[in-house]
Amino acid sequence: MITAERKPLDEIMESIDGCGRILLVGCNECVTVCAAGGRKEVALLASALQMASMKKGRTLDIRELTLERQCDPEYVEELTPHIDQVDAVVSMACGCGVQEVARRFKKTHVYPALNTKFMGASEGPGIWAERCQGCGDCLLGLTGGICPIARCAKRLMNGPCGGSTNGKCEISNDVDCAWHLIWERMKELGIEDRYEDVIAAKDWRTGRGGGPRKILREDLV
Amino acid sequence: MEQFEPTIVAFCCHYCAYTAADMAGSMRLEYPPNVKIIRVPCSGRVDAIHIMKALEKGADGVLVAGCLEGDCHFKNGNVKALQRVTALHPFLEEIGIEAERVQMVNMSAGMGGRFAQIATEFTEKIRELGPNPAKAGASRLAAS
Repeated sequence: MITAERKPLDEIMESIDGCGRILLVGCNECVTVCAAGGRKEVALLASALQMASMKKGRTLDIRELTLERQCDPEYVEELTPHIDQVDAVVSMACGCGVQEVARRFKKTHVYPALNTKFMGASEGPGIWAERCQGCGDCLLGLTGGICPIARCAKRLMNGPCGGSTNGKCEISNDVDCAWHLIWERMKELGIEDRYEDVIAAKDWRTGRGGGPRKILREDLV
Repeated sequence: MEQFEPTIVAFCCHYCAYTAADMAGSMRLEYPPNVKIIRVPCSGRVDAIHIMKALEKGADGVLVAGCLEGDCHFKNGNVKALQRVTALHPFLEEIGIEAERVQMVNMSAGMGGRFAQIATEFTEKIRELGPNPAKAGASRLAAS
């Protein structure tokens, strides 16, 4: 999923300075799962913004709405009846959702309430960790299902580097060495011999190196 | 100057604090009428939004009262409630509301005396802190 965290309240307050009517829009997908921008977080932020405004001797007219998916035009359309009645939209979706709302409603200010972080997985309640960088040319089949691009600080294709100690990365003892994990997994799978297969230099054009990407599925267009 | 009388909302677990408040009454113990009790099936039912709405709607302080640790009727609702209250504290500070205005307390159903004591002490603490800054701001707005 795409993970995100709420921006500091002061930053959000600053962005809506001068606005009296706010449409606070959450998303029912990834940001709900990582407890950053679902219905619950929308309600909490609305209450916080209201109280922060009240402290300054003002009140806000805040509408709360959580869309099924803020990155899809069909769902963003649901905002239409509200748009003319607000001064700004504050989006609690990932950057994709914010941009979709901004694209649809060209004359409306749209401000992000979240910082989009990474594509990750849950390691336990309240813990999310980066797992994928969307390089566009998955090599997990070569590395025992552990991604060295997302999980090695140096994105080494043939690791580990000299900074790996007792299975931990030199950047922090809290970070596992991806190549150590790969070795352990290959041992479990009984394919240690493949560890020394040299992975060729990666063609980064399939990733961000090739500029903004797009998928076109002729059968669905 | 008229003394500030705080409004305290106490979310009380049905299995402990609510009964303790009842017992305080049976024991003829006095506690400040500032404390408004909301009975909940378990302190674990209390979500951050309930506390936020209480503050937004004018409470000066909020108590979340659950069972003694290890005694929750639903196993660990009181532990979850404490986690939520603790997690809410920095958020309140961000808003500019003192974290001390929201407190988790634990007691058993038989602790009528403890309920009365907590209600008294917390009311006093909130009285010292003064009105909830959000409410105070809204009052200034209404007066202007």
